Amino acid sequence: MPKKMHIKLNVNGKDEEFLAEPRELLIYTLRERLNITGPHIGCETSHCGACTVTIDGKSVKACTIFAAQADGKEVTTIEGIGGPDDLHPLQNAFKEHHGLQCGYCTPGMITRATKLLEENPNPTEEEIRFGMAGNICRCTGYQNIVKSIQAAATEMNAAKEAAE
Amino acid sequence: MKDEVTREERVDNLKGMGCSRKRVEDARFTQGKGNYVDDVKLDGMIFGDFVRSPYAHARIKSIDTAAALEVPGVLAVLTAADLEPLGLHWMPTLAGDKQMVLADGKVLFQGQEVAFVVAEDRYAAADGIEAVEVEYEELPVLVDPFEALKSDVVLREDLVAEDGSIPDGAHGPRKHANHIFTWEAGDKDPTEEVIANADIVAEEEMYYHRTHPCPLETCGCVASMDKVNGKLTLWGTFQAPHAIRTIVSLISGLEEHNIRVISPDIGGGFGNKVGAYPGYVCSVVASIVTGKPVKWIEDRMDNLMTTAFARDYWMKGKISATKEGKITGLHCHVTADHGGFDACADPTKFPAGFMNICTGSYDIPTAYLEVDGVYTNKAPGGVSYRCSFRVTEAVYFIERMIEVLAIKLDMDAAELRRINFIKKEQFPYTAALGWEYDSGDYHTAWDKALKAVDYEGLRAEQAQRVEDFKAGKTRKLMGIGLSFFTEIVGAGPVKNCDILGLGMFDSCEIRIHPTGSAIARLGTISQGQGHATTFAQILASEIGLPADSITIEEGDTDTAPYGLGTYGSRSTPVAGAATAMAGRKIRAKAQMIAAYLLEVHDNDVEFDVDRFVVKGAPEKFKTMKEIAFAAYNQAIPGIEPGLEAVSYYDPPNMTYPFGAYVCVMDIDVDTGVPEIRRFYALDDCGTRINPMIIEGQVHGGLTEALAVALGQEIAYDDMGNCKTGTLMDFFLPTAWEVPNYETDYTVTPSPHHPIGAKGVGESPHVGGVPCFSNAVQDAFRPFGNTHTNMPHDHWRIWKAANELGLHG
Repeated sequence: MPKKMHIKLNVNGKDEEFLAEPRELLIYTLRERLNITGPHIGCETSHCGACTVTIDGKSVKACTIFAAQADGKEVTTIEGIGGPDDLHPLQNAFKEHHGLQCGYCTPGMITRATKLLEENPNPTEEEIRFGMAGNICRCTGYQNIVKSIQAAATEMNAAKEAAE
Repeated sequence: MKDEVTREERVDNLKGMGCSRKRVEDARFTQGKGNYVDDVKLDGMIFGDFVRSPYAHARIKSIDTAAALEVPGVLAVLTAADLEPLGLHWMPTLAGDKQMVLADGKVLFQGQEVAFVVAEDRYAAADGIEAVEVEYEELPVLVDPFEALKSDVVLREDLVAEDGSIPDGAHGPRKHANHIFTWEAGDKDPTEEVIANADIVAEEEMYYHRTHPCPLETCGCVASMDKVNGKLTLWGTFQAPHAIRTIVSLISGLEEHNIRVISPDIGGGFGNKVGAYPGYVCSVVASIVTGKPVKWIEDRMDNLMTTAFARDYWMKGKISATKEGKITGLHCHVTADHGGFDACADPTKFPAGFMNICTGSYDIPTAYLEVDGVYTNKAPGGVSYRCSFRVTEAVYFIERMIEVLAIKLDMDAAELRRINFIKKEQFPYTAALGWEYDSGDYHTAWDKALKAVDYEGLRAEQAQRVEDFKAGKTRKLMGIGLSFFTEIVGAGPVKNCDILGLGMFDSCEIRIHPTGSAIARLGTISQGQGHATTFAQILASEIGLPADSITIEEGDTDTAPYGLGTYGSRSTPVAGAATAMAGRKIRAKAQMIAAYLLEVHDNDVEFDVDRFVVKGAPEKFKTMKEIAFAAYNQAIPGIEPGLEAVSYYDPPNMTYPFGAYVCVMDIDVDTGVPEIRRFYALDDCGTRINPMIIEGQVHGGLTEALAVALGQEIAYDDMGNCKTGTLMDFFLPTAWEVPNYETDYTVTPSPHHPIGAKGVGESPHVGGVPCFSNAVQDAFRPFGNTHTNMPHDHWRIWKAANELGLHG
């Protein structure tokens, strides 16, 4: 058995430190080792995006990156985006606009959408569809996901304007 | 007492039927707090995974597990030899056949389960799988069902007698060792006679390719045998948890009361999670053997290659008509590829599902259907992928035959449909193949749809486009896809629908709490349909308590009443009806309590939104909330305390949702890329419970239809290798490929359903597939195309254009 590696991560603001085999995938670390089960496994080939997390500001599919590759980095999952007392506008918009059905893709979808809106706070529909194309949903046909992201963008921009 | 709140406000406050109530499920899903089967964690839990066959047909000469057992973390390796003493090396299928749990001497499809490795974690299980040595002897492979029916190669030696004769199967006589059944509906001779003597006959052969439901969450389970109490708990991705409990009891010998099956949140089903799979059996056995909870979760390749394919129907049709276009007869023969085991998930008496709805929405006086089921070296399954049993195949068949007939008649396909629709006044209508359609108003829906899209304008634009194409001004053709579908859902009446002998009723149990809130439990299980939201709406309207005060629970066989589960759009037609009926029982008791409290006769009070009022004196009333409390604190003569009800609903008939769809598509003949310009979908699902959820279901179903029509398939090479085992090869549309849809509706309530609802989840898939396909075919109609097979991926569209000489 290969030597275990010493890995340090910051996940959702909390420092984590553990020994893991080099082959341990980040999604396994999150779900099995740290009990962070928001990110899901849908394909294990980086096609579906159910496992999407944010690593040092970039959207990453956690099923095809080793925990060791995330060593020293900051990881954000859906659990770090918002909870009952501080819902993210995207979380609220997905509910308001029926942007989910079975819910399995939703954590990855919302996690990806947070980055999309950071990179482009005023996306067109086409930009949303292109920017979300790495995340597959089998239930909604995307129409209401697009609507949800548009609504969240509007709300976030209005809040930003009000703050300025 | 003066009522400050208006009646309208009281209605709104209930959030009952007809309002777009936001989903109560969404809070947990949007915050990553869903509880799917892979999120279930138990102390000491271990993991199982399969050694799978690389061959499609091979004899197993030996299995050596010694090296695997030396791998650190590996605890056990099960083979058929280990399961045989328990009688569990084979299991019954839902179709009356049996299926190997682990390869018993041979394998019949690539990916078949050969051994089950149990280990401390998933990595150790994977290491163990690598170390199991299996020696195979390859056998000739049959992937073509027509060839299989002629071949000397016997796939299922277990189904051939020692003298070489072929015993009957579960559905009657078999013609060949690789033949499973022949199933017929309608009148053969009269149909052939009508067709032989008809003015016009159109014939077509079409292949409805093999595909897969592919929910985003794969199948899996956690089995936990508590040896101290003798109780087995089984969590899993089960669309029919109660049926799974019964099956587990029957095959394991454990008494049913000692088995608790739990379907937690399910990440989409679409038919994939109806069946019983070897992984479930092996997990249960492994838990019994090790005394530890065992988790098994498919990876995507396991899922696509082994559990629950859909379709794979080779259909041959003849349709006859008068010169004026009135259809006189329909003949359909299907060669159905069922793979290595017949594990189709259909009601017992319907081995080809409801394929005999294939006369569609048309008044066809004479018809005949014959289906031959065939074994091949492909994965077993044959589930209904987002449709009621084989209805997608049936609707595709008739909607293509209509188009082919229109070409033969040189007639507009919209008009041909119109003159053949079953008329509103003909309902209830008994079709030539036996079904009694409960209700419909097809002409109104069709006219509304054609008007909405300006059908005549579209045809004029298309004609101009053809001219421009011929003149070299454009390389894009325009297709107008039409489809009009009638579904048959809500299986079903116990008199003709059962699965493994279990009647296909469904159930609801309601408890009203003293303070006027409630819990209702049902025999179904949501996989994204939003039952917790919509069933509460039905109840709110029926019992006058706010939907927000009603918890809906499903999926735990220890607490929920028995039901046959969620598939075939049966939840609303059957469990929804049970919910309404149970609600009415609550109301009946509430009426007696109200009358007692108001000191009048039972018949002198009437229900009004959220209360019972004294007839003619609306200022005298008791709200349902007050009545609920009284049920628990008053000693009422002749009435038991409490306020509970249960209903087991056996529907008198299926329901028949219908719809009219139009797709406008541009096709680049040089790249084969289709661009969907417009998609209009009118659905009539009877009474509408939650318009927001209906629209969401339509968007999703249309997108799955787009996938199937335009690229998604499970394909094999001649060696039986599955070529589409990952999402690299298996097409799932992304946001980039999917258009915006326009939704519309008419409302024709079901006359026999307590609230008139018909079900909607599958309609868009059933109607959508022929609509997308017809759009592609229609684009090429001016150049001599009558039919090309799906899936219409870019390559096949390019090829169709090429074969029509459009590349110069």
